[in-house]
Amino acid sequence: MSSTFEQIANIIAETCDIPRDTIKPESHAIDDLGIDSLDFLDIAFAIDKAFGIKMPLEKWTQEVNDGKATTEQYFVLQNLADRIDELVAAKNAGAGSAS
Amino acid sequence: MQLETFQLIDRIVELNLDAKTIVVEAYVPPASHSVFAGHFPGYPIMPGVLLTEAMAQSSGWLILGLTKFERMPFLAMVKEAKMRGFVSPGSTLTIDAKIEHEGSGFTVTSAKVRVGKELKCNAELTFRHIPFPNPDLRVHMDAMANRIGFPQQAMSNG
Repeated sequence: MSSTFEQIANIIAETCDIPRDTIKPESHAIDDLGIDSLDFLDIAFAIDKAFGIKMPLEKWTQEVNDGKATTEQYFVLQNLADRIDELVAAKNAGAGSAS
Repeated sequence: MQLETFQLIDRIVELNLDAKTIVVEAYVPPASHSVFAGHFPGYPIMPGVLLTEAMAQSSGWLILGLTKFERMPFLAMVKEAKMRGFVSPGSTLTIDAKIEHEGSGFTVTSAKVRVGKELKCNAELTFRHIPFPNPDLRVHMDAMANRIGFPQQAMSNG
């Protein structure tokens, strides 16, 4: 099974028509890949569906606006992959405790 | 439809917040309406952009219901809009919309417009939604909701 980063990179390449080989773990979605907020909505939709999660974009944006987090924490792709892994783990833990 | 004020939906037929679906009706103006003077002379058909807007407004009412009128949806993306058949003056449109995905600060819907049983167009629509930016807009949307028969009891049950 491909890594979370690989899955994200494939989604971005397909959604935004960006050559896959230019998308690296250290790429910043906004600063390096030039993804705007509308394209990111599309990416979020695809990631939510692929991983069965709901990325808390509003919370992340608020944290960045409030100076409590940097954009790198959420938009550098390896970091984004780590956040997604955390969300998937939290979902699975919740499902396990409910059953 | 009140095209001058861009109010395209006339009546909410059914709102199901559990199933996350809505059915509305919209009554296309008669051939004498000015929109048909140029679209097209001697061959009046409803512009596809207005049909798309009608699908967006239908979806918008569904999102308003699901957020209990606490957030205002704004159209952000239209995908795969397909105009499958001409819509004539005086037609009654039946528009179905359903939620495809509820994200953080955005919602994706799919919508279909029918005249009778005939599918006329469909699309996938994405909306950003934000807390109501000012009280005036909320008052306006409440008034609109009353005008088109928005079932307030659906929200108290939901």
